[in-house]
Amino acid sequence: MDAYVLDSHSYEHDEEGYLKNLSEWNKELAVLIAVDEKIEMSDEHWEVVNFLRDYYEEYQVAPAIRVLVKAMKKTFGPEKGEQKYLYQLFPYGPAKQACKIAGLPKPTGCV
Amino acid sequence: MNDGKATNGAAGAKKRFMYVNRKAPYGTIYALESLEVVLISAAFEQDVSLAFLDDGVYQLTKGQNTTAIGMKNFSPTFKALGDYEIKKLYVEKESLDERGLAPEDLMQITYEDEDEDYAEKPLIHIVSRSELTEILARQDVLFNF
Repeated sequence: MDAYVLDSHSYEHDEEGYLKNLSEWNKELAVLIAVDEKIEMSDEHWEVVNFLRDYYEEYQVAPAIRVLVKAMKKTFGPEKGEQKYLYQLFPYGPAKQACKIAGLPKPTGCV
Repeated sequence: MNDGKATNGAAGAKKRFMYVNRKAPYGTIYALESLEVVLISAAFEQDVSLAFLDDGVYQLTKGQNTTAIGMKNFSPTFKALGDYEIKKLYVEKESLDERGLAPEDLMQITYEDEDEDYAEKPLIHIVSRSELTEILARQDVLFNF
């Protein structure tokens, strides 16, 4: 089984890098996953990651990109509620990459 | 929503897709699978609605707790449907009555209407068996779960 290793503790992930056990997530691990995704976490990145975790906590589902954009727009305003903004932060797919860093499953409805 | 006739064949034409849920939420995988298909199909921007009848009405009940059976409680996900532009959940009144359930036993599920300053509107519509029959007859595609 593949795993991320941090401070001699291993965290199992699936073949695409999504954490197996959501409850194991922590911020240090998020930074490590981000490095694998070639992303250096800024405040803006954290804002999206935390937003996704809150969304999952409330709805038990990782939102599709279209849904993420709409929800971000409502919470943070039109500048951040844009696909372009999210792709600048997460070039290889905001929903996929940000969810992976947030320790969530791959978004349902990601086609 | 679009009116009357389905415009088959034309590019970009919307079809009416309805997902019919007849089974209790846990014990079989049908309810969860149905919800996942609904979320995935939302990407195709069709006119999607859901119907709940028979034991399917239990899927929408309040206060579900799955700790003892070790399954994920996915009922909060119904509250995300509005974000996915799915705004019609029909619940058959007779099915509620037969199970001693009242509309108040169901979760409050709303969506926020972006065009009306995010006013909250209800997603759930309680309909009679005969009304549901008419709604079913209007669909282009039915998925039974």
